Amino acid sequence: MAEFIQQVVAGLGDGAIYASLALALVLIYRATHVINFAQGEMGMFSTYIAWALITHHGWSFWPTFVFTLGISFLGGFGIHQAVIRPLQRAGELTVVMATIALLVMLSGLASWIWQPDEKVLDSPLVGGTWSVGTVAIPQQAVYDLLVVLGCVVVLWALFNFTKLGLALRASAVNPAASRLLGVRVPWMLSIGWGFAAVLSAIAGLLAASAQFVFTPTFMQVVIIYAFAAAVLGGIESPVGAVIGGLTLGVTINLLGTYLPGQITPDMRLPVALAILLLVLVFRPSGLLGRTLVRRV
Amino acid sequence: MTARRLVPGVVATLLAAAAVCVLPYFLSDTHEYRFAFVATFFIAALGLQILTGYAGQISLGHGGFMLVGAYVTTILSVDHGWNDLSTIPLAGLFAGVLGFLFGFPALRLRGVYLALATFAIPIALIALAKKYSDFTGGGGGKPLTRVLTGHEAYVTTWPIAGGMFVLGWLLLSGKLGRAFRTIRESEIAAVSSGINLALTKTLAFGISAFFAGVAGSLYAIIIGFVNPDTFQIELSLLLLIGVVVGGLGSLVGVVVGALFIEYVRLYAPEILSWVEAPFGSPLDPKRAGAPAAVYGLILLVVLFISPSGAAGLLRNAYKSLARRAYTLRRT
Repeated sequence: MAEFIQQVVAGLGDGAIYASLALALVLIYRATHVINFAQGEMGMFSTYIAWALITHHGWSFWPTFVFTLGISFLGGFGIHQAVIRPLQRAGELTVVMATIALLVMLSGLASWIWQPDEKVLDSPLVGGTWSVGTVAIPQQAVYDLLVVLGCVVVLWALFNFTKLGLALRASAVNPAASRLLGVRVPWMLSIGWGFAAVLSAIAGLLAASAQFVFTPTFMQVVIIYAFAAAVLGGIESPVGAVIGGLTLGVTINLLGTYLPGQITPDMRLPVALAILLLVLVFRPSGLLGRTLVRRV
Repeated sequence: MTARRLVPGVVATLLAAAAVCVLPYFLSDTHEYRFAFVATFFIAALGLQILTGYAGQISLGHGGFMLVGAYVTTILSVDHGWNDLSTIPLAGLFAGVLGFLFGFPALRLRGVYLALATFAIPIALIALAKKYSDFTGGGGGKPLTRVLTGHEAYVTTWPIAGGMFVLGWLLLSGKLGRAFRTIRESEIAAVSSGINLALTKTLAFGISAFFAGVAGSLYAIIIGFVNPDTFQIELSLLLLIGVVVGGLGSLVGVVVGALFIEYVRLYAPEILSWVEAPFGSPLDPKRAGAPAAVYGLILLVVLFISPSGAAGLLRNAYKSLARRAYTLRRT
């Protein structure tokens, strides 16, 4: 039982990271109806900026954390304004290719600027364990969960209780009507991209802390779990993305613990892929998604 | 399609074929070897072109099917004593069936979900190849029975590439090709005109995986060595980038895409030094990561300038030439 609880907590911690990135994907999907394949690499790039500030410029962790999130917001905003918005009219495939171009470019730039060798992020989020009775709770997982849930609550409040949030939602749901009512729709969509970049930066920083060392490819695995989580929850549902991420994290950890012969760490991805395919077959719109009815 | 509209395509194809036949007399052994890689990328990108350019479905995982083809060839020729060239059809078939099976659940979905699922193919297959190491040689790789010279590699790959091109062209000019294009333009129209959507999409996926399997098999043969890490997600993305840069929906454009994939890697430092010259950047263009940055940058530029790629540029140039010739004749 103690091991079970321990694995569930550890799974929730991993799941929080997937949830954060999945939420970023959902935000962008709702705002611009594109899957941003560069989402993981945007988080990776933000993590490298934070690493450079801490290692080369002697910043301490929390100011760096806040500053990196700010830079990431501007980055996401800028990418939408400079790349996505001008190409939006050219069609879905062109925009998807643009995000792939960004993916390749960011990963190339990171290993070009900072070298592809392993880096260590000096982070206070790496911890030991708390003992509760016989259960050893990994502190890392609790931190991850708290940071991500905190961000989710902030975002939720922003979207639901502020005028900006209303404008953001309106732009996503009905751009034409919003424009008629005086909302600057392109700006709102860019702000959505900015928030998504912030979420992916959080995912990157947490994942880099959790893994101790990171390389320019460290987010590729995380982004696939995040895709799986987003699809699991229904690509349009923010709540679904969070639940999907947490479920996936716990499931994979438990499978890894109780089916140890089959599911070694490197076999977790194929398992995630299998889960993804199964969900897609039986519930194409995800657990919390709506079935889309298209008019002919 | 009228005969007149076919002319530019046929001329371009014949020119490319002639170039392929003549080139070995001019190229050094090293460059013949490089051109053999161009041929394998050409075959894989042809498959992806059929799927993405014609049937309108995105795959970010075709490198995974190359891995399957490469391992079928390696295992059959090393462990079972087959002639490596005779394993090629089987490698293609195996990858094709796998693609068909994968496409079966995945292709019931619309574009974005499919692309999401395909992203995981190479990563999952690499993990599998590393896990079952007594079968595949694991992360350390596995050598094949022989190593080819540049010239041998060239004359092995290009006839097969030519054959695959003809095969692709025949497939696409028939009823199936028309069904693919209908799906790309409008799924609803396709269904209402009696096309079995799921089956046709899955077929497109299987056929393109077949091409990728053949390419992977040749890749293993010309390198003489397989390693799972060769088929990382970057390779799959590179194939897609090549197809888009060459021009979606153009078979001849794939040649440009394949040349692009192989040669940008070689000339990335030079390209970057032109870009950097006015700024005087402190970064060394020879360092790792520079080629990827260049690939991404070029793809973005192509998307902005000519979303239909090199083939689109050529087509527009031909059209304006033809129009000019027409007006000249009239006056």
